[in-house]
Amino acid sequence: MNGADTAFVLISAALVMLMTPGLALFYGGMVRVKSALNMLMMSFISLGIVSVLWVLYGYSLAFGTDTGGLIGSFEHVGLSGIGVETLTGGDEGIPVLAFVVFQLMFAALTPALMSGALADRVKFGAWALFITLWATVVYFPVAHWVWAEGGWLFELEVIDFAGGTAVHINAGVGALAAALVVGRRIGFKKEPMRPHSLPLVVLGAALLWFGWFGFNAGSALGAGGTAATMALNTQVATAAAVLGWLAYERVRHGAFTTLGAASGAVAGLVAITPAGAHVNAVGAIVIGLVAGAVCSWAVSLKYKLGYDDSLDVVGVHLVGGVVGTLLVGFLAIDGIGGAEQFGKQAVGAFSVMAFSFVVSWLLAKLVDAVVGFRADEDDETAGLDQAYHAETAYDFSAVGGSPASRGTAGIPDDSATALPSGKGLDEKVDA
Amino acid sequence: MKLITAVIKPHRLDEVKDALQAFGVQGLTVTEASGYGRQRGHTEVYRGAEYTVDLVPKVRVEVLVEDEDAEQLIDVVAKAARTGKIGDGKVWSVPVETAVRVRTGERGPDAL
Repeated sequence: MNGADTAFVLISAALVMLMTPGLALFYGGMVRVKSALNMLMMSFISLGIVSVLWVLYGYSLAFGTDTGGLIGSFEHVGLSGIGVETLTGGDEGIPVLAFVVFQLMFAALTPALMSGALADRVKFGAWALFITLWATVVYFPVAHWVWAEGGWLFELEVIDFAGGTAVHINAGVGALAAALVVGRRIGFKKEPMRPHSLPLVVLGAALLWFGWFGFNAGSALGAGGTAATMALNTQVATAAAVLGWLAYERVRHGAFTTLGAASGAVAGLVAITPAGAHVNAVGAIVIGLVAGAVCSWAVSLKYKLGYDDSLDVVGVHLVGGVVGTLLVGFLAIDGIGGAEQFGKQAVGAFSVMAFSFVVSWLLAKLVDAVVGFRADEDDETAGLDQAYHAETAYDFSAVGGSPASRGTAGIPDDSATALPSGKGLDEKVDA
Repeated sequence: MKLITAVIKPHRLDEVKDALQAFGVQGLTVTEASGYGRQRGHTEVYRGAEYTVDLVPKVRVEVLVEDEDAEQLIDVVAKAARTGKIGDGKVWSVPVETAVRVRTGERGPDAL
């Protein structure tokens, strides 16, 4: 067993874990106060659900022995057959369990990425059901296609080093399909829907950036030159994308915005993800600049086309993923760049897009038919935090809240069934 | 008695408080408020989506005074709140029928 590689992958797994709460804050700061907790929870619940699914059957379907190039198998259900001493590859490999926990974090993050497109308007239980189905029917197979021995895109030699296709294009398209099924937020394009806390957005983007070193460099599965290349390229592509986004914004809208800087960082991270191991630092800067500017332009599409991708999952993750996946076809330096590779990259990107869109749309329709995907209109207007979580994100007022049973000041009381009424709070906040 | 109400820029509150104290005013009420006058707020941009924010944060100061002090006090408040730039606010007065000091039950000017 290679101890250094094992340590590196385990630490990378912990870094990637931090991306999901980071994403929660990134999205949570972008929504209005009344549904901020719901936005955080949509990401957080994915860590809960998908971590369990991954052990039960996710790892087996994604990385078990190939079945027809499309999916794994059931041989490792409950991680059976994988012991403490089981290694990847030969004697110099890492424990398979290290790979399992590393890939688990990718599986948990990917459905959470979609939540930004459905902000403020879906039932929490329906969302939980949707990501359970989506992870099972969309993510596990696509991860197999792209990364597993025998997967059809893997065998075609499509480059997706750390998930530009399997994670970002996949989630971006899934988000678009789900948003089309669910429909627009009440008041879309009419009411102001300003981010309630840009500092939270920046904190979230910073945690994503930090965790992404594990996502990208860790995908080398070893502490060596490839990991170092990926770490460097992750940093410079992200930096360049911040500049690209801000430059476009300054020309187009006249200001260097904080939200733009944070969004540019994420766009750059997304774009370098598939490509970073096969380009040099200058190539990474090019990818970052292009991704920043193109994604900055792409986020305006929803207003032109009329779909409500609330927090721009399509504009940032899908477009950024496509930019990185296609550009690596041109910019790869290890003798694989060129027209042929570009063609393969396009096949990879567009096949995942087509599959993910159709299946995500069907799953969203199914969830809608079975439990109803969309939140109640009154709940959406009042904010989802109280409706589904019985909480409010911030206590703005000393007026309007009192213990449900007087005199016990919040001490749990078996006989108290009423929820604390804080009605005054939200009305004040949004007035 | 008169109720003097001033809607001013938040950062002028300290100057107004000091001026009122110097004038001998015993108490005042301050409320956070928002609104617009002729300037109509400003524009913000989030990922290219522009929002007109036409309710500007202001502070509302209220003081109860005896009739003979009202006009002079309006001038004191206006002078303290003035920056000369757009959005300085408004000061006005309305007649008050009665006032009660809760602790002692005193009424009218004695309650001030």
